[in-house]
Amino acid sequence: MIERLDLDALVARIPDGARLAIPADYAGVAMEATRALLRRGARNLRLVTVPTSGLQADMLIGAGMVVEIETSGVTLNEHGLAPRFTAATKSGRLRIVDTTCPAVHAGLQAAEKGVPFMPLRGLLGTDVLAQRKDWRVTDNPFGERGDAIALLPAIKPDIALFHAARADRHGNVWIGRRRELAAMAHASAATLVTVEEIVEIDLMASDQTAAGVLPRLYVGAVTVANRGAWPLGFIDLYPADDRELARYAAAARTDRGFAEYLEGALRRAA
Amino acid sequence: MTKASPRELLIAALARRIKGCRHVAVGNASPIPAAAALLARAQSNGAMIVYILGSRAHNPYGDGARELFDSAGQGRLDAFFLGGGEIDGQANVNLVTVGEHDRPQMRFPGSFGSAYLYFTVPKVILFREEHSRRVLVPRVSFVSAPGTSPPGVHRTGGPSALVTGRCIFSFDRARGRFALETIHPGQTALSVRAETGFDYDAPPQVSVTEAPGAGELRLIRGRISNEMAEAYPVFARREWPSHDAQAAGR
Repeated sequence: MIERLDLDALVARIPDGARLAIPADYAGVAMEATRALLRRGARNLRLVTVPTSGLQADMLIGAGMVVEIETSGVTLNEHGLAPRFTAATKSGRLRIVDTTCPAVHAGLQAAEKGVPFMPLRGLLGTDVLAQRKDWRVTDNPFGERGDAIALLPAIKPDIALFHAARADRHGNVWIGRRRELAAMAHASAATLVTVEEIVEIDLMASDQTAAGVLPRLYVGAVTVANRGAWPLGFIDLYPADDRELARYAAAARTDRGFAEYLEGALRRAA
Repeated sequence: MTKASPRELLIAALARRIKGCRHVAVGNASPIPAAAALLARAQSNGAMIVYILGSRAHNPYGDGARELFDSAGQGRLDAFFLGGGEIDGQANVNLVTVGEHDRPQMRFPGSFGSAYLYFTVPKVILFREEHSRRVLVPRVSFVSAPGTSPPGVHRTGGPSALVTGRCIFSFDRARGRFALETIHPGQTALSVRAETGFDYDAPPQVSVTEAPGAGELRLIRGRISNEMAEAYPVFARREWPSHDAQAAGR
């Protein structure tokens, strides 16, 4: 049986200073858990976005809970630039480790395999590479002389946090085609999941469901959070709440507007 | 039928450039390229495979987000659209910062997949609707993705064109230089030159970008606008407001 926690107990598993892996807006963002984390007031989080983020990272940054973010991009998509991310960057309050999407996937893949690094094409001559003191360039040992290739260290987050459609009572989590959630979980020391529902069947019993499952081997705890990705959309279950996202985008342009939005969002969800 | 809007002209122009491609991907915050890819797909009788980032309906992958990049690394992705906070005359793209990296004057969202896909996708089409000296600069202040690479760098892809709200430039990879190809209706060779911060080649007489035909326009306003309502609802509502009633009735 999987450990089932309430939201506050779930986010209590995210220690201050944790390196926290979070998925992109399209892959299942645990927004209800994020609001619980905001209510608790985490400190010094080091976010790894897989490979990008939006509202979730922006709110955590706006609340002053993030010291570092490794990211390929933070944006509110159709609702424009992520305002708190942008403001924190310009003020120098936030350490930004710029990366590129496939580098995040490659770093997680190295961690999944328990190897120290992964090579990746591209990157040569970019300022993304120039900024990364932790990346290396080497000659392809199997190629002809002069075939330079970048090596990226394994990304090993402390915690992966995401939202999924369903889990069974054993803690098997159905993630469907969002296999990057599995990579995040494989690479992380612990994985915390919110789900829309707990189902009575064993998701591993049939190949039809097992193919889309993150097995319980990787899952630390599960919490039911109905509409847990709101106001972001979630697979075919609900679309993004564009009105709410527009409201956020407008409010978060100023420190004060963000503070008021946050207070309202946390009160309503309480 | 009313005449094509400036954005419909761009959609048709971009779609023409990816005709015949088998696998096309569209990245972040790119509604016009997304509409173009959907138009080209509609015209391909189902031959074209289109990925639109953030769309659930237009996701041809079964192995998560990394499949886009892994397939590109193998040479399976034919075309990709890329925007830029800044783009310079050597087709270098900046999606990160203007000014110092750690204390920038401007911060853009980030490089996304550009630092990799620019190297691995044979046909990268740069697209930025805003055509101004703020965007089209002499030299980008941060290179998310370089337009060209020195010999010896493994590179199977790169920029082929730059499409803006004013014109289309083609890119010569050997020379590392843009050439003006066509100007959109209402522009002149001089107006384009005045708004461009980098130098480029231009023919003595430049022709006007071909407007979408009646068939293309019907497709854009019908099937494409409906498909766009899923991936880019805000854009679709703004660009094709008359479809609101239709969409609400679905």
